[in-house]
Amino acid sequence: MLTYTLRRLLLAIPTLLLISLAIFLVLDLAPGDPVADMPLTIPPEVREKIRLSLGLGEPFHIRYLLWLKAFFWTEPLYWIDARFGTDFAQGAQRIISFQSRSPVFDIIAERMPQTLWVVGLSYVVGVLIALPIGIISAYRQYSWFDQIGTFVSMVGYSVPTFFTGVVLIVVFSVNLGWFPSIYDTTLRVTDWDSFLQQLRQMAMPVFVLALFNAAQISRFMRAAMLDNLNQDYVRTARAKGMSERVVVLVHVLRNSMIPVITVIALGVPTIFGGAIITEQVFKVNGLGQLLIIAIYGNDVPMVQTLTFIFAILIVLFNLIADILYGILDPRIRYD
Amino acid sequence: MTDAPLFPQAPAAPPEQTPRPPRNQWWDVWDQFRTHRGALVGTVVFVLIVAAVFLGPLIWTNDPAFINVRARNQGPSLAYPLGTDQLGRDMLARMLAGGQVSIAVGLTAMALSVVLGALIGVLAGYFRRLDGPLMRLTDLFLALPLLPLLLVMVMFFRDPLAAAYGPEGGIFILIVTAIGLTSWMQTARIVRGDVLALKEREFVLASRSIGTPSRRMITRHILPNVLSPIMVSATLGIANAIITESALSFLGLGFPPDFPTWGRLLFDAVDYIQQYPERVIWPGLAISLVVLSVNYIGDGLRDALDPRIRGR
Repeated sequence: MLTYTLRRLLLAIPTLLLISLAIFLVLDLAPGDPVADMPLTIPPEVREKIRLSLGLGEPFHIRYLLWLKAFFWTEPLYWIDARFGTDFAQGAQRIISFQSRSPVFDIIAERMPQTLWVVGLSYVVGVLIALPIGIISAYRQYSWFDQIGTFVSMVGYSVPTFFTGVVLIVVFSVNLGWFPSIYDTTLRVTDWDSFLQQLRQMAMPVFVLALFNAAQISRFMRAAMLDNLNQDYVRTARAKGMSERVVVLVHVLRNSMIPVITVIALGVPTIFGGAIITEQVFKVNGLGQLLIIAIYGNDVPMVQTLTFIFAILIVLFNLIADILYGILDPRIRYD
Repeated sequence: MTDAPLFPQAPAAPPEQTPRPPRNQWWDVWDQFRTHRGALVGTVVFVLIVAAVFLGPLIWTNDPAFINVRARNQGPSLAYPLGTDQLGRDMLARMLAGGQVSIAVGLTAMALSVVLGALIGVLAGYFRRLDGPLMRLTDLFLALPLLPLLLVMVMFFRDPLAAAYGPEGGIFILIVTAIGLTSWMQTARIVRGDVLALKEREFVLASRSIGTPSRRMITRHILPNVLSPIMVSATLGIANAIITESALSFLGLGFPPDFPTWGRLLFDAVDYIQQYPERVIWPGLAISLVVLSVNYIGDGLRDALDPRIRGR
């Protein structure tokens, strides 16, 4: 298992390098020009100097290597410096956003908490809703609960989040006025009232994303439970005189969780990337919205870095899912 | 079942005489498909929407781009059953025109992704030398953050393509290619797995032993047998493509404003959500209905094409 993990970790390095190269190439081929939006009164030679100052004068491979160095070497050093008050980085060149001229990672760090709170919480809520629904609808297959549950999860899976989000805004903030339609990041939770307000503004985005996640996961949960409920070991457990509760919740559930846990792990990266639309609908200024703004503003370093961070998360959680699968299911050991 | 009393002598027929005429396997599939109520309803709804969207403009002949400034922001009336938008354009006509584009994008992108996925899957499964590189490529694509990359591609390449093929044609090509290029991986994986299993079967060995060349082997023996997973992923691919296109349009990175698609109509309506919420509902409902019905069709097809479930 350990050798397998190490081998996968080593294999992840060339994969990530290829992905970063692909991302870099796509952005480099793109015809956008970061100085194109600047006023026309800037004379051409100054414009050229601005281009050089943005690091655009170098050939492709040098820019790529510099970016890699900044991403994997300089930025961690700055992080250590900020953390422990050391001075390893010594003012080395960081990745600078074209738009705001501040380091990309500082902006990402500012935006991270909102995304983690809203989107992460919705994932947790979604999983917590999905598991019982999947278990009950598999246990009582074709009952009215199963019929409704399957239909609701099909709807939740099919209706795009930008539509559910907008409908919720129409109903709950335009007509009823219960929840604000815009997420206010400046809100500080100091007392009970501000805490309630925080809950109110998080309710709708969390609900929308949780519904979407729960729909997907409950479908998997139901299918996995159904696969296991007809197995011989379930009959054996019942024949031994185990109570129905123990049979379902211990024997069957444990075995059904194996594929579901990997699905849950595989879904984690979408917390960051897939919530782009929801953040846009509810104006949550998280990472997804940052990416949209950067794309609109031709902010190449920001887009590169964010996309690459998403890619790292995907590769990492794929790895975690595979390893979890091996740990949970002794029949599948990779060595 | 209903025709059972019409042939009461059928069970009594002599055993060497076949009780019913030989059937194509697709009839069995259809019989199984019919028992899935959701799939049946989904098919009806999908056919109705497609028919309405493509035949509707023949009956409802209002021009979706005609601007009637005197009739801005009107509610539903006989002249405008779904009202008009902020420029006085007929919402019903725009919904029909938008549906044409959305469904056309869905079908074309699905076709592209299925062809790519099937090609890569068959090549990787059939030729052992290609298996490693092609599957690593698939893994690589699966590890890419797709929505951000789609956004980047659409944002950065829209102007050159629009200049080359016209604003509508260019964006259409761009969006269809972008969606197709980023959604073939699941198909490729499933097809490869099936091809790997098929390759070990006796009939493949038999036809190889009479010297069938690889090209004919694939087209005559392999492809027909992997048709069912391809069909299922094609169905689900339509839903995926429609959602992705409307998501892009919703983020403002889809078709140009005067060129309606359902996602674009939804995006435009969000600005007027306080005053005219119904304008958001119609395109959203259309997208959701199409995707829901297509997903149900996919579910039913998957059950119907699975020989383990069929006939149970």
